[in-house]
Amino acid sequence: MAEAKDHTNYAQPTADGHFGDYGGRFVAETLTHALDDLARLYGEVKDDPDFKRELHTDLAHFVGRPTPLYFAQRLTDALGGAAVYLKREDLNHTGAHKVCNTIGQALLAKRMGKPRVIAETGAGQHGVATATVAARLGLKCDVYMGAEDVQRQSLNVYRMKLMGANVIPVTSGSKTLKDAMNEAMRDWVTNVDDTHYIIGTVAGPHPYPMIVRDFAATIGQEARAQMLEQVGRLPDAVVACVGGGSNAMGIFYPFIDDVDVALVGVEAGGHGIASGAHAAPLNDGKVGVLHGNRSYLMSDTDGQIKETHSISAGLDYPGVGPEHAHLKDIGRATYASATDDEAMEAFRLLNNLEGILPALETSHALAWVSANAPAMAKNEIILVNLSGRGDKDILTVADIDGISLT
Amino acid sequence: MSEADTRIHQCLDACRQNNRTALVSFITAGDPGPSYTVAALHSLVAGGVDILELGIPFSDPEAEGPSIQAANERALAHGITLAQVLQMVEEFRTQDTQTPVVLMGYLNSVLAMEDFAERAAGAGVDGLIMVNLPPEEGDHLQQKLSANNIDLIYLLAPTTTDERARQIAAKASGFIYYVSLKGITGASHLQTDEVASRLQQLRQYTGLPFCVGFGIKDATTAQSLAPHADGVVVGSALVNTMAEGGEVSEVGARLQQQIATIRQGIDAADHA
Repeated sequence: MAEAKDHTNYAQPTADGHFGDYGGRFVAETLTHALDDLARLYGEVKDDPDFKRELHTDLAHFVGRPTPLYFAQRLTDALGGAAVYLKREDLNHTGAHKVCNTIGQALLAKRMGKPRVIAETGAGQHGVATATVAARLGLKCDVYMGAEDVQRQSLNVYRMKLMGANVIPVTSGSKTLKDAMNEAMRDWVTNVDDTHYIIGTVAGPHPYPMIVRDFAATIGQEARAQMLEQVGRLPDAVVACVGGGSNAMGIFYPFIDDVDVALVGVEAGGHGIASGAHAAPLNDGKVGVLHGNRSYLMSDTDGQIKETHSISAGLDYPGVGPEHAHLKDIGRATYASATDDEAMEAFRLLNNLEGILPALETSHALAWVSANAPAMAKNEIILVNLSGRGDKDILTVADIDGISLT
Repeated sequence: MSEADTRIHQCLDACRQNNRTALVSFITAGDPGPSYTVAALHSLVAGGVDILELGIPFSDPEAEGPSIQAANERALAHGITLAQVLQMVEEFRTQDTQTPVVLMGYLNSVLAMEDFAERAAGAGVDGLIMVNLPPEEGDHLQQKLSANNIDLIYLLAPTTTDERARQIAAKASGFIYYVSLKGITGASHLQTDEVASRLQQLRQYTGLPFCVGFGIKDATTAQSLAPHADGVVVGSALVNTMAEGGEVSEVGARLQQQIATIRQGIDAADHA
């Protein structure tokens, strides 16, 4: 049985932002100063009682934390193996864990005296979470979104506009998330004096992977304490979906020194790893440099970034956070994948058995549970990060079912 | 080979002795098609270019403005690879053994070619500018390039602090690429006075030549910077000319005319 251990061994990244061989800061020179400033400010405020109080107050009263830890009895019974617990991040204000990071970063922007924030978004969840906190704090907000995604996610585009954000469609490259990130970098390099770039995942140049992880780690801190309080012990496995990897880092991080707890990330297998049409760089990618850091990437033999495929827009990204690359290499976490079809099946299962509508991203983690819980013992425990709710995916799912809602 | 023998050093040294501001051109390899590039390089030299920068097409050119982004996409639509870019340099070298050629691009392209430094040297490449490789991360690549007599050219920006500029200058070779403004390539808010005073400060950290790029698009902007810089870089304006397309010879003629006009602007400043 897993026991609680002291959190003393793992200390990443290094002062210059490396997680083992990964991470670092690969950006145009113009941005170096802003990144240094951000790293310095974050170093100063992260343990500052006033900052922590401000963050905690917003997380409690604006976001609605802590989120519940929920025992999925009927899912557990149906699978017939390990007990399944869900960390209910779908119950956050705005419907996903993303807001924990945007609240934290918006407070940093305020401290830096920057009146404008920008963000990139794929499915629109990070864009909505950024627009939300920008409205809450009175910051000007521009969100870059691939022109393809603007079409596919019209609901979230409208939500952002309702909150006063300006959504800028990106028509370069593949017109998706990676291109939105390129365009946000171009904006930031031009407007670096008055603008803070709120990156939405544990990628980007140092210090972003560390900052986003730390803000997301509230998920794992709560879940770990809740496991001990509600069950009296730690889980045997912690499972989360991985696109850029922020929800996974958020729940993994407080468990890293609990070496008896298995950490399992689930990437988007798309049409299957063998098909090549997926978004699983940790399963089928190579090491390279994109968007400011060194990590695993989906790229071709000439170093060009490949277009990815996933049913879930939030996982449809060719890179992955550098800390995941490090955890993979040192063997502390393992990374599986789930196909579009497996995720859809798990999506339906949770709706039917638990009355919970998970995001399609989250459904990839649930697919791993469906596949692996039955073979585990009944006294074993799986903790799943239920990273977001699936309201945003209703049109996609209805479309698959051949139902027109418009 | 000692530093004095490199084409970049010889070129900039000769420019300095002749009180000539070096004219540096940028085009993207394989844009608007593979057959244009070598001819365009010769046209640029004929029009008065001293150093040629050649962009390695990349799928995610983070620091580029719309013109050069589009050039990357046009080149990639033709399936241009780094190996082909090196072949273009090799072909150029059969007729021009003097003009320095500097490749410019993003780190992932170079990482994907294990023996890049050797092959680039073999093709006749003199320098490399990696937009997203700061000196802190550059030691490994710099060693490999240096062993093959290729300069890794670092960039300084308006936001670079004095302390950092000193550190970068200590590692730099060939020349320093000074980014004239906060922004992307092809931007239009160049402030000559600010650039001039910053260059004056930065010169205390290094004797290396400074070439200034971003936002220089015609004879007027080039002329205004020439008195302050060792070289000026013109990119997006030339890329826009390439984008117009047409017969290879027509594009070359237009390019030569355009660069000659810019050269005249610089010469007017140099001899003022």
